[in-house]
Amino acid sequence: MSEKVLIVDDEKDFLDIIAERIRARGMDVSTTTSAEDAIHMVEEKSYDVIIMDFMMPGMNGFQTLKAIKEKKPEVQIILLTGNVLEENRIEAKKLGALDVIEKPPDLKDLIQKIKKAKKAQRTVRGKKSAKRK
Amino acid sequence: MGAKLETVAETGLQFFGKMTASISHEIKNVLAIINENAGLLEDLVHMLDQGAEIEPQRLKNMSRTVMKQVSRADAILKNMNRLAHSVDESIKTIDLNEILELVVSLSHRFAAMRDVSVDPKLGESPMMVRTSPFLLMNLLWLCLDFAMDTAGDDKVVELVTQKTEAGIQVFFKRLGGLAGTPLKPFPAEHEKGLCDLLRAELEVSAENQEIVVTIGEDIDRD
Repeated sequence: MSEKVLIVDDEKDFLDIIAERIRARGMDVSTTTSAEDAIHMVEEKSYDVIIMDFMMPGMNGFQTLKAIKEKKPEVQIILLTGNVLEENRIEAKKLGALDVIEKPPDLKDLIQKIKKAKKAQRTVRGKKSAKRK
Repeated sequence: MGAKLETVAETGLQFFGKMTASISHEIKNVLAIINENAGLLEDLVHMLDQGAEIEPQRLKNMSRTVMKQVSRADAILKNMNRLAHSVDESIKTIDLNEILELVVSLSHRFAAMRDVSVDPKLGESPMMVRTSPFLLMNLLWLCLDFAMDTAGDDKVVELVTQKTEAGIQVFFKRLGGLAGTPLKPFPAEHEKGLCDLLRAELEVSAENQEIVVTIGEDIDRD
């Protein structure tokens, strides 16, 4: 089954093209330019991986990351940012981000990370269902 | 005075650091868009090799996007250059409206992050002052930064300049949030220190929902 990916970035010119390129590699990609919309979309649909710009209007990356993780702890989140400060990388990982990568991303590397994220998500889901049993 | 100068020097470095970090972030965004377009071109060439057809309009759109981003980067770097040259001369005669426009452009990302729009309503006639361009930019940025935090429900900060007998006044208007408890004290030591050095006055009026900065037309004249 193809990876379900949500990409969140307020740079529309970046968002549309990276989405198209990831789709061309066989993944099911949804997009939004708003952090608030992303939170609603996560409530309504199940995603394996969210790739999200760290600096979004209205809500910063930490706020959005926290909000999404509260609703869907199993969703794997990769943060994209122009410049990453080490303290932000550490804080993001503490809040549950799988990775923080700098723009411009290397697509091959990003695709590998998406695949790795889906595996990590399966592990979380597996652990959850084992607990329930 | 020593402690005050230290505070001003520190806030100056913080201002410079904040602006250059923001500029580098914006440039990275531009590079990311150009990079994706280059990557997509590669993808399309690969598809062509496999016998697919590509509409010429598609390539035209990509070329337009790249050109748009090059113009964007050019504007960002022009602003960065103006910021860098603001320290060339410690005292200089400048058009305050131009300096204010530059501060607004440099603050674009900070405004976007807060969902605030900054609306400069500056007249066409120049507002010439002899002052320290860098310190003035720093003071105007600190005022704008606070103003963006205290914008009213409509999330608009309006900027107006006017000439008076006391000098040139810069108004930061529509600050409905001034009625509430501020996130930080304002003006704090940084702003007060800059006002002393620039011989400027800063007033905050919750009643009028505005901050007013008055700058003498010549920093060396009483």
